[in-house]
Amino acid sequence: MIDSFVIPVLKIAIVLNATLVAVTYMVLLERKVIAWAQSRLGPMRVGPYGILQPVADAVKLMIKEDITPSRADKWVFTAAPIIAMVPALIIYAVIPFGPEVSLFGRQVTLYITDINVGLLYVVSVASVGVYGIILAGYSSNSKYPLLASLRASAQLISYEVAVTLTLVSVILMAGSLSMVSIVRAQEMSHVWFGFVQPIAFVIFFVGGLAETNRSPFDLPEAEQELTGGFHTEYSGMRFALFFLAEYANMIVVSSVATTLFLGGWLRPFPNVAALGFLDIVPSWTWFLIKSFVFLYVFIWVRATLPRYRYDQLMRIGWKLLIPLAIANLVVTGIVKVILAS
Amino acid sequence: MITPAHYMILSAALFIIGVIGVMVRRNIIIIFMSIELILNAVNINLVAFSNQLQHVVGQVFAVFVIAVAAAEAAVGLGIILAFYRNKETVNIDEMNLLRW
Amino acid sequence: MGEAIAFYTISAFILLFAVLVVSTRDTVHSVLFLVLDFLFVAALYVLLGAEFLAAIQVLVYAGGIVVLYLFVVMLVNLKRPPEAHQDPHRRTKVGFGLSAAVLVELAAIVAYGYAGPAPTPPAAAALPVTGNTEQVGWLLYTSYLIPFEIASMLLLVAMIGAIVLAKREL
Repeated sequence: MIDSFVIPVLKIAIVLNATLVAVTYMVLLERKVIAWAQSRLGPMRVGPYGILQPVADAVKLMIKEDITPSRADKWVFTAAPIIAMVPALIIYAVIPFGPEVSLFGRQVTLYITDINVGLLYVVSVASVGVYGIILAGYSSNSKYPLLASLRASAQLISYEVAVTLTLVSVILMAGSLSMVSIVRAQEMSHVWFGFVQPIAFVIFFVGGLAETNRSPFDLPEAEQELTGGFHTEYSGMRFALFFLAEYANMIVVSSVATTLFLGGWLRPFPNVAALGFLDIVPSWTWFLIKSFVFLYVFIWVRATLPRYRYDQLMRIGWKLLIPLAIANLVVTGIVKVILAS
Repeated sequence: MITPAHYMILSAALFIIGVIGVMVRRNIIIIFMSIELILNAVNINLVAFSNQLQHVVGQVFAVFVIAVAAAEAAVGLGIILAFYRNKETVNIDEMNLLRW
Repeated sequence: MGEAIAFYTISAFILLFAVLVVSTRDTVHSVLFLVLDFLFVAALYVLLGAEFLAAIQVLVYAGGIVVLYLFVVMLVNLKRPPEAHQDPHRRTKVGFGLSAAVLVELAAIVAYGYAGPAPTPPAAAALPVTGNTEQVGWLLYTSYLIPFEIASMLLLVAMIGAIVLAKREL
């Protein structure tokens, strides 16, 4: 009873709360990092060194007036931010933060569940996340959000193809779809898949940038284009929900990239006994450090690169990344067959 | 105890709802969506029997049905778009250019 | 018992959303009900132990095909609704009558099939791999390789055909 009900519910509660807190503090992290990249300090007033800035932002957004356009489709308008947020949160059900550890005298696995089609679950839930954007733009009953949402969703479904193909290369390497098995496969073969599949790694990262509508692929939601994109007509908490959904998607992409390419919870060089002193750091801390590195690179790229025009963006997705991902898949398959014989 | 008969009844009901949608509605996009409902009903039947006979060939067939449904939806929607550009309507009673 | 509750709940939702799909006046709402319907069908597949097919259903059907429908619905968004409830072309009675005929046929098939002795299913050869995804993959790449290749040719042809049909100028 405890093992099948109470512990998973506790894990879900911990993961959801941690995610929501992390997402609100991502806002502050992004402002700080971009500020440092631009030789300024970022938010410094609210709390020491601006630590309480997300609290101030949350309070501001919650007390703002919630406006619904008069001829908007009310049900769909209300549901769109929810549809954007939920897929980002439920992917956490399969992400492994660590192996089995013993906590308070019982063996507890540091992941909510391990389904044997875990990676396919991640991809399918991410493909449902497109609906939030399409419906937000459509239900606003206004020209610019509709155009922006069509552009954003076309961008998302284009880059989904490239990302899914790179994931197939990883599945070929690991021999299983379950996320825990992929980390174990990296442990068995003593090398992180990021080093064995560098092209897949880079394509996954670029595709992740495009999937989460981040710079340099954030044309559909930039303020200088199409007056703010698909969330123009949203205000107050619903607008906040869209932004939180975007940051939650970012954290999810970082977590999945960590699991697939950077060895998940494994410490660097897990087979070299001389580095055994690194075992002091618990496994989930390694996971968080690696995810954090990814998030930092996401923000760093935003502070550095200019925005791509929409046709350039689609050209990169279809004419560069997809052929590269297919070529990577073919080469991986051939090498696996040669090495197996 | 849920026997395959339960799944067959569910599949038949879904099939009938899809057939009603195809025959009664005049909006061609709704007709296409009802066809998707029919294909899903067939899939439910296939997977239910694959579960009973403990052999995955039913699921393999269901994968092929999904692939064919995807191809048919893509081409069908392309035809609808091309027609809409010419005649500004999606009511199938007005799609009668080949009538004598 | 839990399986019965799950089955009845999921099938109630499937049928409810299917009825809403064919009866809603607004096309966009109809498409959204179709997405929910497909998600519940995927849940039914998980109940039946076909988890690979459930993920494929969400990924391809709910996340791909219905997005395509939604795009087309938004592109043909007309000012006037395309059909009225009192449209004389709407042969509602004939439609219901023909559906009732199909229902009677299906009921006859089920009754006929359950009347006689249950045929013994042929002993299925055990596949050399275990696990749902692995078995589906094994069958797809050994016994059913030719249909697999033909299906991929079909998808390629459909993709080219859809692009050619929907282009404004070739």
